[in-house]
Amino acid sequence: MRSTVDALLRKELRLELRNREAIPAMLLFSVTTFVVFHFGLQRDSVDGALAAGVLWVTMLFAAMLGANRLFVAETEGGALDGLLLAPIDRTAIYVAKALAFGGFLVAVQLVAVPAFYLLLLGPGGGDAVLGLIAVLALADIGIAVAATLVAGLATQTRSRELLVSLLGLPLLLPVIIGAARATAPLFAAGGAESIPAKWLLVLGLYDLVFGLLAFAVFDFLLED
Amino acid sequence: MYGKGLRPLSLITCVALTGAFALAFFYAPMDADQGISQKIFYVHVPMAIVALGGFVAGGLYSIAHLRTGDRGYDLKSYVAIHLSQILAVGTLITGSIWARASWGHWWVWDEPTLVSFLIVFLLYCCYQPLRFSIEDPERQARYASVFAITAGAFVPLNFLAVRLAQSYTHPRVLGTTDGLPAKMALAFYIAVVAMALLYVTLWKYEMASKHARNRLRSIRRGLGEDIGLTRSASPQ
Amino acid sequence: MPPAPSQAAAAIELEGLKRDYGGRPALDGVSLTLGAGETLVVLGPNGAGKSTLLRVLSTLLRPHGGSVRVLGHELPREAWAVRARIGYVGHEPLLYRDLSGRENLVLHARLHRVATERVAELLEAVGMSRRADEPVYTYSRGMVQRTAVARALLHDPELLLLDEPRANLDPTAAELIAPLLEGRARVITSHDPSDADGADGVLGLREGRPHALEGLYA
Repeated sequence: MRSTVDALLRKELRLELRNREAIPAMLLFSVTTFVVFHFGLQRDSVDGALAAGVLWVTMLFAAMLGANRLFVAETEGGALDGLLLAPIDRTAIYVAKALAFGGFLVAVQLVAVPAFYLLLLGPGGGDAVLGLIAVLALADIGIAVAATLVAGLATQTRSRELLVSLLGLPLLLPVIIGAARATAPLFAAGGAESIPAKWLLVLGLYDLVFGLLAFAVFDFLLED
Repeated sequence: MYGKGLRPLSLITCVALTGAFALAFFYAPMDADQGISQKIFYVHVPMAIVALGGFVAGGLYSIAHLRTGDRGYDLKSYVAIHLSQILAVGTLITGSIWARASWGHWWVWDEPTLVSFLIVFLLYCCYQPLRFSIEDPERQARYASVFAITAGAFVPLNFLAVRLAQSYTHPRVLGTTDGLPAKMALAFYIAVVAMALLYVTLWKYEMASKHARNRLRSIRRGLGEDIGLTRSASPQ
Repeated sequence: MPPAPSQAAAAIELEGLKRDYGGRPALDGVSLTLGAGETLVVLGPNGAGKSTLLRVLSTLLRPHGGSVRVLGHELPREAWAVRARIGYVGHEPLLYRDLSGRENLVLHARLHRVATERVAELLEAVGMSRRADEPVYTYSRGMVQRTAVARALLHDPELLLLDEPRANLDPTAAELIAPLLEGRARVITSHDPSDADGADGVLGLREGRPHALEGLYA
C-alpha cells in the first residue's frame, strides 16, 4: 500500500506542477478575498473572532474551489480506468489524493496567511504562530479528508461543481466552527491568548472519524 | 411483506398520538413563563429526535447495503432519509413558531440546536439531487449509500461542534429531562414514543408502496414489456 | 519476451454472461471458451456490446448474471487476482494527458510492480523513444495508441483485451506493434470481418447477443 500511495502521490504532485490547476486558483482567490474584505469591512484592522471568521471562511471557499478540480485529470482520457486496472488497493487512490490536497492547502496557506496578516490583522497579531500552525494543521487534515471524499462522490455525477459545494460546505462546517473558535483568541486585540483545548479536540475528533469513514467507504465509489 | 401488521401498527400509532396530545394539553401543567406556546415543545422536540434518529438509521441501512450488495437496504435507507427530511422541515417550522412565541424572533442564530439542525437539513437536501444526477441505478444506490453513511456520521459530530459553541437561551431539553416536573416528563416521553411510532408506520407504508411498484415493474419487464428505466431519484 | 503458451486453465470461460445498462441488456447470454494462447475476434455493428464485453473481461465492469472465469479466476470475486495478468487497450488510452509518455509508463510500472527498465524497452519497441518525454497531449492519435499499447504490455500479461487496436494506427505502426501482441491469449474486437482470418475463434455479437456471422451487419 505504501509504495502505491507513494507512486500515486508523486503523480499528483507532478501533475499539479505541470498544469497548475489547483494551487494558483486557490491562492489567487484567497488573497483577492482578503483584499475585498479589507475594503468591504471598512476598518484598519480586524481582530479576535471577526479575524478568525474571515480567515476560515476564505479558506473554506478556496478549498471548495480546489476540490472542484481534484479529479479532473482522472476523467480525461480514461486515466482513472488505468488506475482501476492495476493490481492495487483502491483506497490508495483516496489516500494519495487526500494527502496531495492537504499539501496544496498548506502551500496556499504559506502565502495566504502572511497576506492575511498584512492585509487584515492589526499590529498585535504576530506572536501566536505556533498555536496557529497547530490549528491550521488539524483543520487542513479535516478539510482534505472531507473535500476529497466529496470530490470523489461528485465527480462522476452530472452537476459536479454544484454538488461539491452543496455537499462540502455543510460537511465542513464543524471544521470551520472549530478552527474559527480556536483561532479567535490568537487574534485577540490585546495580544494572543491561549486556545481553548476543546476546539482542538473537536477538530481532532472530526479528522479521526471522517478519516476512518472515508478510508472505509471510498472504494465503493470506484466499483462498477 | 411490508403490509403485514400494518393495520394494528396504524391503530397503535393513532392511539399513541391521541394519548400524547391529550397528555400534553390536559395533563401536563402550563409553563409559568411561556404559557400555552410551550406546548409546541411536545411536538417540536420529539420530531427533532425522531428525525435525527431516522437519518442515523438511514446511514446504518446504507452500511448494510454496501456490505451485502443487497439493494433492498438501499430502498430502506432512502425511505428513512426521505421521511426524516419531512420531519426535519416540521421541526424547523415548529421551532421557528416556538422561537417567535417565546422570544419574539422567527429565527435565532445563536441557538445551537436550531442552527445545527438547519445545517443537517441543508446537507440532506442534497441527497435527492445527488441520486437524481446519477442515471445508472446500481451506481446511484452505491453513491447514495456513501453519502448516507457520511452524513449519518456527520449528525452527531455537527451537534457536538455547534453545541460547544453555544449560548444558553435555548431551553436544553435533552440533557435536562430531570429538570422537568414529572407530569411534563411523562407527556414528553409519550410524545417521543408516539412520534417514533408515527415514523415507523409511515416508513412501512412507503416501503410497501415502493416495493409493490418495483415488483410490478419487474413483472412487466419479465413479460417482455420494454420498460427500460425512467430517470428517478428513488431506488429501482 | 512473450510468455510461452502454457497448459494452464483456459484463458476465458463465459457462461450466459449478462450485463445491463439503463434497464436494458447490453450483454445478454454470451457464452464462450478461449484456450491459453488463442485468439478470439469479436465482430458486430456499433452498439452490439463488443466494448462492454471487453470491459467485463478486464474487471472494469461487473457481470450482472451468468458466470465469468478469466485465467482460472472467478469474476467479480477474484477480480484483484486477474488484474496483474491481463492487459487492456480500450477506446481511451488510459493515460494522463499532462504527463509525458515515459512518466505515464513509469507510473503504471510502479503500480504493477514491474521493473522500470521495462519502460525504456517498451518505448523502444513501439517506436516512441524519441518523443517519450513530451506530454501526451502533444501526441498524434497514432502515437497515443502506441503508448497505450506499451502501457498494456508493461507487465507482460497472459491475456490481452484489445478494442479495435488498429483503429488509430497507420500500416507501419500496426506492423511495428503486431509482433508484440503475439504469444498470448487475445480477444480483439473489430469492425472488419477480414480480421477474423487466422483467428482461433470468432464471435458475432448483435444487440448484446451472440449472432451468426451471416447477416451480422444487415
